[in-house]
Amino acid sequence: MTTVVASFVRDVVDPQVQIDAIGLGAVYALMAVGIGLVFGVLRLVNFAYGQLIMAGAFALALASEWDWPVWAGIVLCFAVVLALSVALEWLVFRPLRLQSPAVMLVATFAVAFLLQSIALLWFGPLGKPAASLVTLNRPVTIGSLDVRKVTIVAIVVAAICLVALVLLLERTSIGLHMRAASMDFTTARLLGVRANRVIASAVLISGVLAAIVAVMLTIQFPLVTPGFALQDTIIVLAGVVVGGMNRLFSATLGGFAIGYVSGLLGGALPTDQSQYLPSLLFGLVILVLLVRPAGVFARGGGPVERV
Amino acid sequence: MNALRAWPQLAAPTVLIVAAGLLGSLTDRASQIYFISALVSVAFVVALYVFVGNSGVVSFGHISFVAVGAWAAGVLSVPAEEKPATMPNLAGFLRDTTVGNVPSLAIAAAVGGVFALVAGLALMRLSGLAAGIATFAVLEITNNVLRYTDKLGPGLNVFSSVPETTGLLQATVGAVLVVTAAFVYQRSRFGRQLRAARDDPAAARAVGISVYRQRLVAFAISGVLAGFGGGLYVHLLPTGADSLYLDLTFITLAMLVIGGMTSLWGAVVGALAVSGLDSLLAEAENGLDLAGRTIDLPAGTRIVVVGFLMGLVLVVRPSGLTGGREFSFGRLRPQRPAVVQEESS
Repeated sequence: MTTVVASFVRDVVDPQVQIDAIGLGAVYALMAVGIGLVFGVLRLVNFAYGQLIMAGAFALALASEWDWPVWAGIVLCFAVVLALSVALEWLVFRPLRLQSPAVMLVATFAVAFLLQSIALLWFGPLGKPAASLVTLNRPVTIGSLDVRKVTIVAIVVAAICLVALVLLLERTSIGLHMRAASMDFTTARLLGVRANRVIASAVLISGVLAAIVAVMLTIQFPLVTPGFALQDTIIVLAGVVVGGMNRLFSATLGGFAIGYVSGLLGGALPTDQSQYLPSLLFGLVILVLLVRPAGVFARGGGPVERV
Repeated sequence: MNALRAWPQLAAPTVLIVAAGLLGSLTDRASQIYFISALVSVAFVVALYVFVGNSGVVSFGHISFVAVGAWAAGVLSVPAEEKPATMPNLAGFLRDTTVGNVPSLAIAAAVGGVFALVAGLALMRLSGLAAGIATFAVLEITNNVLRYTDKLGPGLNVFSSVPETTGLLQATVGAVLVVTAAFVYQRSRFGRQLRAARDDPAAARAVGISVYRQRLVAFAISGVLAGFGGGLYVHLLPTGADSLYLDLTFITLAMLVIGGMTSLWGAVVGALAVSGLDSLLAEAENGLDLAGRTIDLPAGTRIVVVGFLMGLVLVVRPSGLTGGREFSFGRLRPQRPAVVQEESS
């Protein structure tokens, strides 16, 4: 028993495991921002976020099949994801804006399944490989560590995106509007914040992040299937709720934390136990939610119902 | 008077179910499977309705109760001499015990109920989004454990040699039983208290209703019904961990939403309507002759159509086909609009 624990601890502090876990955490943090931004202004948990990423990944795979240069594939990926985000906002989010959270939650769940089954119909269950991006997945050796280039790219890109987003939210008027809308939508509108513009910009930014995540995930997992990013989205959603949905910052931290923990567990669990990683992870999620229902990083207590 | 006015609320769904069963008995054997699985879907959807409809809290975790029910009934009813071949690593008790059809269904219901009760003890403390994600976590854990633990069942494989006892008769009787249980529950003081808490949590608390306890009761009852449905399912089709996961969660929720989340009538109508459409599309995927023209849809069209339909219903008519109301003759009285409300998260 003690040897098992000792080897687990040794693996957890292993720099190789650490760097991979941070890389996964960075990607999940970006997804958490994408989900958290839309939640902030619409109070809508977007289950279909993973399918946006999946669509972008298929765009990359198609571009690689048509022998497009890498940059053209990435442009196509952004175009597809952004077009789909805007279409979703128009067709689903906007008509449902006044519905209860339960209806909206189920609606995005339906959209997720619809998009996934369209992909299944179109590309088949085996999916398509995105071969042209493989070079970025090669490792660079730093000292004794094999760091895949994409891990470095992921960490750097995530850091840049988060800084840019903070600047946008803190320094621009649309950022101010978005923060106001996520605090109190009705009052913000009374003070002259244009609802549609705020929602459209949140959806667009969240789409840009989805496209970036699509590129980074496709580099790491070049075989694109209809279920691409589905499991990641479920994990990130759990992370976002565990972190605390009411503030973008705590949601992002939650996303990073669950990616990091998932990476650590994946690297450190003994091989014969590693298939139970989802159970451990979601067991932790339930435990944490029971202790801090409003979120680990949320300020103050949980939502109190006034009687 | 009150009881007299309520009887159509049980009679109408029952008539619909029995009609589906009778219609199925008139068709050829190949088509009967569609009717049987439609009736099993009724059991799933009504089980989900007992919790979601009465409490207003969405659960993504109910298929885990279906799964443990299916596992319990499946493992215990495979003939003892077949077990070493198909499930060599089974734990001792499960290996040595074999039960008949009816006991296996009862055990499935009990296992589903106990699991829901235990999970609910923790989960029902949560509300809003945290509750939704936590039910999802239960689904993930259940699926993960059943898939990789070959001590408990077939693991990565599907069940084989489970007696196929769920025919039209068993499916019809099962669906009627589930609907009756749901009806009795929602007419009881427990069901009324929970619906009061759904419509106005603050007022319900003020008159002394424990939202936690009422939700727990509903969760456990719907776990019993879902486990029972899982038992019916494993006796119908070769079942594995994959068939009791996200797809089934989606289709069950879709049926409930399309029919109308807040009424028993809506649950039954939704289950039968979507199953009917699904069967037609399944036939069309294999090539269907309709008025002299052959319709041949590519495989996978079904779930696209169902997903699209669910989105459409949500956008155009969010309270579902039945408007979330119970069946009644005439609708003479002005009805309250039925809206699912989740407490603020």
